[in-house]
Amino acid sequence: MSEELSNNDNPVPEGLQGQIAITSLDKIYNWSRRSSIWPMMFGLACCAIEMIATAASRYDLARFGMEVLRASPRQADLMIVSGTVTKKMIPIIVRLYNQMPEPKYVLAMGACASGGGPFKEGYNVVSGVDKFVPVDVYIPGCPPTPQALLHGLIKMQEKIDGQSVLEVPWYRSEPIDEIPQPLLGPDLIDPRDIPDFAEKLKAQEERLAAERE
Amino acid sequence: MYGVGLVKGMGVTIKHFVNTYVDDLRWFGRRYYNPEAFAVRQSPQAQGIFTVQYPEEKLIMPEEFRYIPFLIYDELEDGTRQDRCTSCGICAKVCPPQCIWIVRSDDPETGRPIPEPSEFFIDIDICMNCGLCSEYCPFEAIRMDHDYEISTYDRFSENIYNKEKLDKPASFYAAVRPLNYAIDEAAIAEKVAKKAAKEAARKQRQAEKDRKTDE
Amino acid sequence: MTDKESPQVEGTTREPDSLEQHFPGILTPDEREGFDGYLVAPDKLTEFATRLRDEFGYDYLSSVTGVDYLPDEVMEVVYHAYRIEGGPALVFKTQVPRADPVVPSLVGVWPGADFQEREAWDLLGIRFTGHPNLRRILMWEGFEGHPLRKDWHEAYFEEDAKPFANRWPEGDVYRIEDKIPFGKNVQYPSEFTPEGWIPEGDEGLYAGLGQISNDGDGSSLKTDQLVVNLGPQHPSTHGVFRMVVTLDGETVTDLKPVMGYLHRNHEKIGERNTYIMNMPYTDRLDYLSSMSNNFGYALAVEKLMDIQPPERAEYIRVIMAELTRIVSHLWAIGFLLNDLGAFFTPALYAINERELILDVFEAVSGSRMMCNYFRFGGLARDLPPGTLQTIRELIFERLPRRVDELDIYLTENEIVRSRCIGVGVLSPEKAVAFSAAGPVLRASGIPYDVRRAEPYGIYDRFDFEVAVRYGGDVYDRYLVRLQEIRESIRIVQQAVDDIPEGEIQTGKPIFQVRVPAGEAYGRVENPKGELGFYVVSNGKPNPWRYHIRAPSFINLTALAEMCKGHKVADVVAILGSIDIILGEVDR
Repeated sequence: MSEELSNNDNPVPEGLQGQIAITSLDKIYNWSRRSSIWPMMFGLACCAIEMIATAASRYDLARFGMEVLRASPRQADLMIVSGTVTKKMIPIIVRLYNQMPEPKYVLAMGACASGGGPFKEGYNVVSGVDKFVPVDVYIPGCPPTPQALLHGLIKMQEKIDGQSVLEVPWYRSEPIDEIPQPLLGPDLIDPRDIPDFAEKLKAQEERLAAERE
Repeated sequence: MYGVGLVKGMGVTIKHFVNTYVDDLRWFGRRYYNPEAFAVRQSPQAQGIFTVQYPEEKLIMPEEFRYIPFLIYDELEDGTRQDRCTSCGICAKVCPPQCIWIVRSDDPETGRPIPEPSEFFIDIDICMNCGLCSEYCPFEAIRMDHDYEISTYDRFSENIYNKEKLDKPASFYAAVRPLNYAIDEAAIAEKVAKKAAKEAARKQRQAEKDRKTDE
Repeated sequence: MTDKESPQVEGTTREPDSLEQHFPGILTPDEREGFDGYLVAPDKLTEFATRLRDEFGYDYLSSVTGVDYLPDEVMEVVYHAYRIEGGPALVFKTQVPRADPVVPSLVGVWPGADFQEREAWDLLGIRFTGHPNLRRILMWEGFEGHPLRKDWHEAYFEEDAKPFANRWPEGDVYRIEDKIPFGKNVQYPSEFTPEGWIPEGDEGLYAGLGQISNDGDGSSLKTDQLVVNLGPQHPSTHGVFRMVVTLDGETVTDLKPVMGYLHRNHEKIGERNTYIMNMPYTDRLDYLSSMSNNFGYALAVEKLMDIQPPERAEYIRVIMAELTRIVSHLWAIGFLLNDLGAFFTPALYAINERELILDVFEAVSGSRMMCNYFRFGGLARDLPPGTLQTIRELIFERLPRRVDELDIYLTENEIVRSRCIGVGVLSPEKAVAFSAAGPVLRASGIPYDVRRAEPYGIYDRFDFEVAVRYGGDVYDRYLVRLQEIRESIRIVQQAVDDIPEGEIQTGKPIFQVRVPAGEAYGRVENPKGELGFYVVSNGKPNPWRYHIRAPSFINLTALAEMCKGHKVADVVAILGSIDIILGEVDR
């Protein structure tokens, strides 16, 4: 077991040194999780190409225990949202996120996934995947270079290191609600908007009227 | 014969496999963390597989590499900062996704605009790293940074860069892009010389005019 | 800049006067300043197109573009047709009233018009009568409005043209979503209520699929038709692409490609941008070959502006475009093998070489993938010191060796051969009819390459062969790509030897170019096929119309044809052999 895991608060009796190690549950739990993050094999756009390049030999994701890119969300811990999220695609992304088992993490790779990027103004573009699913790490850049992606992944590992089994949301007795899947109507509909839809629609009309003047 | 193609193909994989170990021998175990080996192994002369051991070692970024823009200020002798930016707005006008926002400052007394931005924002969630702002800046004031290690946990509080975050001294620029810095310095020197020449000519004309009126 | 002269529109010369005599009353020359080609009355369009194809040999329809001329209350459809033997385009247009734009469909004449007409319907609302399946293609059924119309605005709309006035000098930063009541880029019709609204299902999509005949005479086993969706999240689809397949057992009876999952409104944004702003956006079309995309767009605008880049810039352009082709084909070959089940090893070898070329791009342009290197009348900057030497090492020593190695590694491999030979055959007639381009067309025995058929830049100076194979299957597409890598290496070798010293930019670099009114069509041989940019200028700083003829998009028209009768596993290989890039398919 590596040095970083040993817990210095509880000294090991002399006779047992080298034979046992004492660590806290959090430490070993986080260590094992962050050393085997399995990302989902899920590419959206330009950034996906850089993600593949990162997995290739020059940058080699395997050094971080992340080489097992799973095509199925059921086997993945991390969703790398690599590229522009469009309205047509977001229902599927939300569904994939819901299908991932907990603990799960989301990494927004590149400007588009973080906040819409250069295509933000586009009528079919969702300006940031965090409008629908919670994002843990944002990597700016268009596209982020493989080393920038690795930096983001290391940040992700740091985040995991800082978590505690007692506080993370996924070991509670009550189930975590799924994110409702957006619908494709006359425009993208977020079911979470429906309760006060009429109100917002009125505000939209007022805004458009003000713009016309 | 069936299978010859497969065997030949396997031969290629074995060659790749062996090459990597031959490369190991070539550097006598000093394959990693060795700048000399690193430069060769990243180049077309590389043998075998090359992996950069990020974050312990990093690829050498070429001079032209561009990521997020930054603003340059000159450090004057008395320790004050002087922005090169004159808030002319060309970068904001040429920016393809329109992620640059500039507030021009006004002279508090006269109310007239002065050539200095009071605020400068870049929304890096929109920036496409195209480098057009730096390419068309007439005052050598905005340039592209090499720093790509800027991932964050929260984009709402951190990803709109303001002037404070964008401002970097000219010495920083000289360190990351030495060749470009030299070119820019030459351009600035030329501009200063031109301005001085113009000034001198104007003074001379004035003097001549004065002499004429005196006569 | 010579803004006084009328723009010279090369490559779109009028057919000798005989054409007008052949079609009396049908054809009128387009007399608008800077425009070229002919206007055809909509009711005579089918007749004209049929005769054009059969009597005049214009058998290849390259591009169909809808244009919204809002001030004239007119919708125009522009067609670019070619002879497959080579030569310039014949441009013809038809104009219909904007309030009710109805144009006869040309799918019966050129089946390659299929997706492009659907795109024009989707984005501009032009109805094509007689189209077999006029459904939305990039947006979804039920979407409100036709977004490329000039008077259609999205929720995040700020102004009609960039630069936006509120960025400078009072640029008080905000995020636009904070100003939208819904907090997202959405807007709904004023009477819309989500209660009682029923979402559009996939029934309409499945309805058009071919049915298997189930004759009740009991001579065969009774089978059920199975509909299988591949994608949009599927490792074999090279991105967010979806195929709806109907199966009879394992055999594909019909296939429908569904796209638009990466439709990021390139053209709408492009018409708001100024001319130079579009350059970095073109990088993100076919993001594996950004330099070639730059080339096509630069050519189109240079035609409008009537300028030529200096000699050295021309050479650097060719070097970069050909290196891009190598990169793209290496990637295509590596991932074709991935699709065949040879997980990652061939792809890793290909990526290894690709990285070295990307290092060159990074040194030259500043970015590995999004190069943004070409400018109107030149380049962004000269080659940095030492780069030419690296390119030499690559193309004289390393790459030829590595391509031979790839050849030994894969070409004779029995598994590759048995998976590829005879799979996904596209006959030459079908390839032309479906407007296939690039390696897909050339593998079907048509030696059509824009670099030869209508040389642009300085391609007429280089000695190279047009790679062509005659089987039309997956294996031949692979071989054509391998051969093209070799030819590209040859071209770069010649270019590196001949490159002169000198300027790299005509005139001073300016950010607000003056582009005279008119139209231009710039086309280049992209790694994926013919990439065309149709640009209409009205003399303002931003283009009035900016349309992209995307080779990956149009190559997909032939996908169903290639897949029918094959097994499901072959569909993956066939799609891999077309080599699509979703950024370009959906734009």
